Amino acid sequence: MTDVFDKITPDDTTEAPKAPAAQNWRLEENDGTRTLWLDCAGTGTNVISEAVLRELDTLLDEAKQAQPEVLAIRSAKPGGFGAGADIDGFSDLSREDAVAMLRQGHAVLEKLAALPFPTVAVVDGTTLGGAFELTLACDHRIGVEGVKLGFPEIQLGLHPGLGGTFRLTNLIDPVEAMQMMLTGRSAHDSKAKKLGIIDALVPERHVDAAIAAAASGGLDHEGSFRASALRTRAARGLAATRMRSESQKKAPRAHFPAPFALIDLWEDHGGDASEMQKAEIASFATLLDSTTAQNLIRVFFLRQRLKSSGKGEHGIAHVHVIGAGAMGSEIAAWAAMQGKWVTIEDIELAPLGQTIRRAARIYERKHLSGIDTRDALDRLMPDPDRLGRARADLIIEAGPEKIGIKEGIYAELTNEMKPGAILATNTSSLPLASLIDAAPDPAHFAGLHFFNPVSSMPLVEIVSHDLASQETLDRLASFTTEIDRLPARVTDYPGFLVNRVLAPYMMEAMLILDEGHDKVAIDRAALAFGMPIGPVTLADQIGLDICLEVGRSLRQGLDTPVADTPDWLKEKVEKGETGKKARKGLYDYENEDPPKDPADDPDQQVIDRLILPMCNAAVEVLRKGVAPDADTIDAAMIFGTGWAPFRGGPLHYARVRGDAPDALRRLAEKHGTRFDPDPGWDTLG
Amino acid sequence: MSRPVYLVDGARTPFLKARGKPGPFTPVDLAVQAGRPLLMRQPFAATAFDLVILGCVNVIQDEMNPARVAALRLGMGEHQVAFTVQINCGSGMQSIDTAFRYIRDGSHEMILAGGTEALSHAPLVYSRDATEWFGQMARAKGPIDKARALAEFRPDFFSPVIGLERGLTDPITSLNMGQTAEVLAHRFGIDRVTADTYAVESHKRLAAAQSEGRLKGEVLPVFDRDGEAHEHDDGVRPDSSVDKLAKLDPAFEKPYGKVTPGNSSQITDGASWVILASETAVEAHGLEPIAKIVDSQWAALDPGIMGLGPVLAATPLAQRHGLACDDIDLWEINEAFAAQVLACIAAWQDDDFCREVLGYDAAFGRIDRGHLNVDGGAISLGHPVGTSGNRIVLHLANALIHRGAKRGIATECIGGGLGGAMLLEAA
Repeated sequence: MTDVFDKITPDDTTEAPKAPAAQNWRLEENDGTRTLWLDCAGTGTNVISEAVLRELDTLLDEAKQAQPEVLAIRSAKPGGFGAGADIDGFSDLSREDAVAMLRQGHAVLEKLAALPFPTVAVVDGTTLGGAFELTLACDHRIGVEGVKLGFPEIQLGLHPGLGGTFRLTNLIDPVEAMQMMLTGRSAHDSKAKKLGIIDALVPERHVDAAIAAAASGGLDHEGSFRASALRTRAARGLAATRMRSESQKKAPRAHFPAPFALIDLWEDHGGDASEMQKAEIASFATLLDSTTAQNLIRVFFLRQRLKSSGKGEHGIAHVHVIGAGAMGSEIAAWAAMQGKWVTIEDIELAPLGQTIRRAARIYERKHLSGIDTRDALDRLMPDPDRLGRARADLIIEAGPEKIGIKEGIYAELTNEMKPGAILATNTSSLPLASLIDAAPDPAHFAGLHFFNPVSSMPLVEIVSHDLASQETLDRLASFTTEIDRLPARVTDYPGFLVNRVLAPYMMEAMLILDEGHDKVAIDRAALAFGMPIGPVTLADQIGLDICLEVGRSLRQGLDTPVADTPDWLKEKVEKGETGKKARKGLYDYENEDPPKDPADDPDQQVIDRLILPMCNAAVEVLRKGVAPDADTIDAAMIFGTGWAPFRGGPLHYARVRGDAPDALRRLAEKHGTRFDPDPGWDTLG
Repeated sequence: MSRPVYLVDGARTPFLKARGKPGPFTPVDLAVQAGRPLLMRQPFAATAFDLVILGCVNVIQDEMNPARVAALRLGMGEHQVAFTVQINCGSGMQSIDTAFRYIRDGSHEMILAGGTEALSHAPLVYSRDATEWFGQMARAKGPIDKARALAEFRPDFFSPVIGLERGLTDPITSLNMGQTAEVLAHRFGIDRVTADTYAVESHKRLAAAQSEGRLKGEVLPVFDRDGEAHEHDDGVRPDSSVDKLAKLDPAFEKPYGKVTPGNSSQITDGASWVILASETAVEAHGLEPIAKIVDSQWAALDPGIMGLGPVLAATPLAQRHGLACDDIDLWEINEAFAAQVLACIAAWQDDDFCREVLGYDAAFGRIDRGHLNVDGGAISLGHPVGTSGNRIVLHLANALIHRGAKRGIATECIGGGLGGAMLLEAA
């Protein structure tokens, strides 16, 4: 049967021809409305590049000549107005070049803002960063339902640089504007309307009528009352102080200068748009030069890189998860939220109930609407009768980490799975090699290792083995991308990539503890380095029993020296003090909270002992070919563990630092062979 | 054209007792919970049906035409035609009957027919005066109007009645359903102990069916957002006894009435689906029918004695197919009230009644308790009104298979003075 809705919906947003001599803009003239359609050449997503602005400059001159009743600017791409500025090659600009380029861009937007007739931007879908800034130079913004506007620059260690800082703080309540820029959080349709970013929120079918309304002066922008209240520097000073302390809580100034630069900018110049514009350019250029921004831009590209490693047809519509523990449940809930039909089985009913509860909570945290939550839960079916086994395109086994149990499950699956379906194991501690023999079809078997909690850790390791087919690995990587996670292709190695590199962080912390150091001081030192969580807290969170097991399996599987486990740790586990889940581990969760604030003056020795072994392990996995290249390793550590992103990853950090092998050698002399620099350092560029 | 029609599979949710607040599921939620695993266990795609019919009495505002909402939520495709039927307590059987006739007549091959009801979600109903006052408040413009409207408020506006209570009162006779059972108890001489004894047996049978696995595959667990897994009909009281039931006061006619909460059906939430298919569909998908739907019948009588509906609906089926009482191996008579079921049994045993009302020469016969509601009924597992008719047909089909029996009738009384009945044969 034909899809009627599809049939009556045109394929293209517009049929307007490209503007003369322009690559990225279409031009349409209709009844006094002149429309500039942004349609970046050779890509599915608009980005505001130097060429886009240069062409716009000419088009604005022509528009000024033509004197239309109204000038509308909108996007010809189905996904939204635009993703932001073009940051390809961005980070390589010299400070002078950056300033020159910014000035040119500002001049174009000023020309737009100064046009003598009404200008309207139609914003839809994703409208971020530079694209958002372009629309802020128009008199009106008409939002199409579902629009999402925001400034994610802060995540790149920057702030808006194309007029966003002074235009948004002038347009809406400046405190709200600052919040958006400081957090990088975007405003969705009705929120954007409420804030006053858009003057109308309409479904696509009423856009033309709304443009006509704007042309005849029928669209009013409601000014912000707080804007006038914050016109004095003293009033801004109070607000700025609060913002600084909020920002400091989230990320220290030393590592993340951008929020503080933005707050200074507003506090100093918030009352004077033209001064703020000048200062914005200078501040942006300075930030762009900073190590933090350079590394965060690098992280942005690492993300793109992982994403692009998972593309193409995967044919996975139905996922069946075996085992409704924490991981199985998280995976199932996440996949259902991303549009997959999911069945999940367990030998008990109670954990299946908990899966639904957990899913409902995740959807709440992710701000799903009532209808989206219902639909996701409808797609997520607890399956005590294991009906999904025969129907699924992908079965993810998340059963207990015991070879015997997994073998039993695989034996049953042999007769149940449909032809061509993939069996993936979420094991984190068992070598795939030990499971291949039991797998129904080794060619269609691989590791799909998610990180906990799946809903906030974007990485998934796609673990290969000798008999896995390339097609299976490609399908898994592509599936991972489709459910909005980042695939890292790794080989079968003890701890695979991430856990192998991360393990020394906790194991070394145990030995430092053993020497009598204070656990809080250890954790706070790690936080000061920029780790998202201290090693002692992390060990508790993972579970000390599991840490013991990881240590054991690494010692068994690796041919490099591994830190010993202190005896008291075993005793603790035997006593049942296994960490956060038992409310008692290295911390006593009834009586104390692990620290969240970084040390002001951390012990550099402690930091080196925690961090350098991870760098060393990263070199080892690179040498062993566990990941295809150094960037994948850095990316995996950042997206799988939150490894200090502004430092660019363990290998990048070591490379920049320069003295890592020597520092390791010194640590080895003092503390033992586990610090011996890996032979791979010699060949590391 | 008259083609055979098969019941190939079916499943329902556990029936969940209403516990004084809205339960975790809406009517469509329940239909989706029961429908998902049922569709998943079929060898064909969820989009293979020609039609979805769902019975539902108390449709909630957010789910108009629950059949269509359920079909879409079940992933049955945007092309899935779906409609909702309502004939009060017969709605879940009405859906099967409609499907049966469509397939028999050759216009459809495979239909998903169900019933759903969330009685715990029955709305509060405000009095007409109160509703008018709310409207006046909403229309009031300016402070003076508002003040004037406000002044007319009466405290009793905030005394809504539970809509369910109204729904269970006959609009013609103004008798509550329980009172119609009192009328039958009186006319057929059903005493309190007999009614309570019947009720106790209902609980024991359901408990046995649960523990001996006779509901496996028919009752599928459901899972709510608070993480609770509901596995069984939760109104069952295996430890029920005549002594315990004797302590309950009459529910509808104090102090002398015989109908108590203990010998009446329970107020519950639940959904049930069956899949009906033509021979063509059975062959095309390689299905294994569990029963054949042979015939169906609706009947009507004075609303004040609606409880005799089963007698008036089932008898023509027996007569049309030349079946004597002993030819029917299993009976499912929906247990609205113990007194009402017992009155039906008494009527069929009564020479005068059978001669004058049913056109027999003598009594139809004695339906042995051993052939009647063999795995319990609405007294023990509850009566989600739009669902029960569907459940008794599904369970009859399963019970025929379990017991190796040949033929059975599922029948129900329907508030408003109706009865519905369906004749099944094991496939």
